Amino acid sequence: MELEYGPEYELFRSEVRQFLVENWTKPVADGAIVEAASFRRQATAKGYLYRGVPQRYGGSEQPADPLKARVIREEFTRARAPREIEGPGVSMLVPTLLAVGEDWQKDRFVAKTLAGEYAWCQGYSEPHAGSDLAALRTRGEIVDGTWRISGQKVWTTLAHRAQFMFALVRTEPDAPKHLGISYLLIDMNQPGVTVRPLRQMSGGREFNEVFLDDARTPADWIVGARGAGWQVSRTTLRHERDLVGGAGATEDAFRKLVELARDARCDGRPALESEDVRQALARIEGYVLAQRFTSYRQMSLELAGQDAGLSGLLNKLNGTEIGHSMANLAQELIGSYGLLTPAPKGERGPEKWIGQIMGSLGVAIAGGASNIQRNIIAERGLGLPREGGAQS
Amino acid sequence: MKFLLSDDQIQLQDAVARFAADTCAAGARRSAFEGETGFDAAFWDGLMALGAGAVSLPLEHGGLGLELLDLALIVEAIGYEAGPGPFLGHVLAGHALSRWGSPTQQAEWIPKLASGATIATVALVEAGSETSHYRWITDLDPASLNGQKAQSPNAELAELLIVGLRDGGLALVAKGAEVGVETCDDIDRTRRLSNVTFKNAAAELLPGGRVDDLLDAARVLVAADAFGGARRCLDMSTAYAKEREQFGRAIGSFQAVKHQLANLAVSVEPARGLYWYAAHAYDRGLEDRAKMASLAKAHLADVFMQAARVMIEVHGGLGYTWEHDAHIWFRRAMFDFAWLGTPQVHRARSAQLSGW
Repeated sequence: MELEYGPEYELFRSEVRQFLVENWTKPVADGAIVEAASFRRQATAKGYLYRGVPQRYGGSEQPADPLKARVIREEFTRARAPREIEGPGVSMLVPTLLAVGEDWQKDRFVAKTLAGEYAWCQGYSEPHAGSDLAALRTRGEIVDGTWRISGQKVWTTLAHRAQFMFALVRTEPDAPKHLGISYLLIDMNQPGVTVRPLRQMSGGREFNEVFLDDARTPADWIVGARGAGWQVSRTTLRHERDLVGGAGATEDAFRKLVELARDARCDGRPALESEDVRQALARIEGYVLAQRFTSYRQMSLELAGQDAGLSGLLNKLNGTEIGHSMANLAQELIGSYGLLTPAPKGERGPEKWIGQIMGSLGVAIAGGASNIQRNIIAERGLGLPREGGAQS
Repeated sequence: MKFLLSDDQIQLQDAVARFAADTCAAGARRSAFEGETGFDAAFWDGLMALGAGAVSLPLEHGGLGLELLDLALIVEAIGYEAGPGPFLGHVLAGHALSRWGSPTQQAEWIPKLASGATIATVALVEAGSETSHYRWITDLDPASLNGQKAQSPNAELAELLIVGLRDGGLALVAKGAEVGVETCDDIDRTRRLSNVTFKNAAAELLPGGRVDDLLDAARVLVAADAFGGARRCLDMSTAYAKEREQFGRAIGSFQAVKHQLANLAVSVEPARGLYWYAAHAYDRGLEDRAKMASLAKAHLADVFMQAARVMIEVHGGLGYTWEHDAHIWFRRAMFDFAWLGTPQVHRARSAQLSGW
């Protein structure tokens, strides 16, 4: 049992640190404006970003090494340096194109997506197709050599800023549910596409409804074969899976929760002195640390080329449940601040925890709702019989 | 970064798991449970033949020279089978002797403990205080021991006792007439507990012995046992849900049951690393070792209790019968919950050790 990274990686860590000092921390401290885009180009040239993407498509094409990836993430985060562009373009479309796209599609889209020139949104969910995504109804057909697409997408994150959408569209209406879907790329800047913002319960506006009304896209803007879109969308090949990131975020949130308990007052004394609060915090800490060590174990298994099995299926629900527990305690600790609406960033008091109290529900729903996670765990993890018709 | 067991550790754990499964299937668990002392000779002799009694004892006295983590892995495998008998107290006593015993004490006792020819145990806490030796009365003066201990596992069977002292030290007592053992009518019939009274008992100090550390080792082992037990509850519930039919289908095809078991899996499986780390921190003397022993004990005792409750519910009326073995794990969960302090006691200790 070895919890250190080892000398090879500590040497690598000092190289990364040195790079960051020279190219980020020091210039910024000296008042220089470092453009994120040019910094990313340098970091990619050093092999620190886009490690799984071939060089000809703008990546650094490094051999998979989850520990190096982790060291890079830790050091970049510590220095607050720009990391890979966030969003579904880099995290979902690029791996999919690299795995199953045509060469011209990779040439056309990958490098510009990595550079942040192309922003993408994901056109999957529809009003009638949420957890049962394969029930989607948006229709596409080829007329005169062009796809014509009509339907409605929803919960489309950042659609108002995206130039393109990768979408699941029903193109083979007579085929069985999962076999009638194609994976199409669509230009958002055209008369047939209307984006309407959806306001979230927390007040934010990250989601949108997207109305496709005879939208057009070229016949060859399809990834994979016609009718193969469901399989294409399941391409989850990841170069270096981030198995520890989720646990790290939970630990950060827990540390803040302890600080909240230190600052909050309960009958004029710090809430952290209350036995109830200490018990509640220690109970949550048990789950937080269990999540840390299960992520260490999963990463070690991955490094050893072994499958994490059941353990890997539990991560999302585990993190969600911890988030619920923290929300409940935070609500108790902020007391009457929970009667307020959070002020704009920068001038917020304890009511800023309302963001976590509400946001923990977003986590429970997005990316596979908790009850779907439970089906997956029971069916794939424990081997219980599948529900008729449902594909988890 | 290698938060994994070594091949040797996996082999050791598998060997104990296979042995325990076979022996318990042949009746060891039930016979001990229904018996007077919670002892099954086949189970004990087989464990000792595997070398399980020698794991953490020093090489020069016939031990394997391994650590608390290795012991914890064995305890997990025994917990999975609800294996009966005095293993827990025996290995804790052996651990204390290995760590603090004088050369003479080690030479005299460790070979007998390694083979299992002599059964040993620990008598650490006193009624009303499981985490603070300052409240105890048991004292060594200078070679005679007086006091009363509670929750001593299998003291009836033991010839050697390692005893916690009010000044935080440890004493070694060979059981004689001045040692009174009163076995309780206790919940877990596979691991019997006794009150032990010392009246001018002949005793020796374990030089430098620390009862707080020995208690932390015990907490880690209980956490390991609880993980094994909880895993078994999940496995038994899952197997039963696949086989039991109602309304013309396996009950495990109903979402209500699936979700109950999925929730249980989310509680149980990630907690494995918590006891691994607590054992590792103890073995390496890491700064957070005491906190992690308490936190792992608290967390896993709760998880095991939850798992045992779900198991009995999923098994329906069958699970509520004396004949079915489900309640043996339920009782072991109650042991792990309360022995050496409940989860609440240990969360309070963990909070304090966190500097909160």
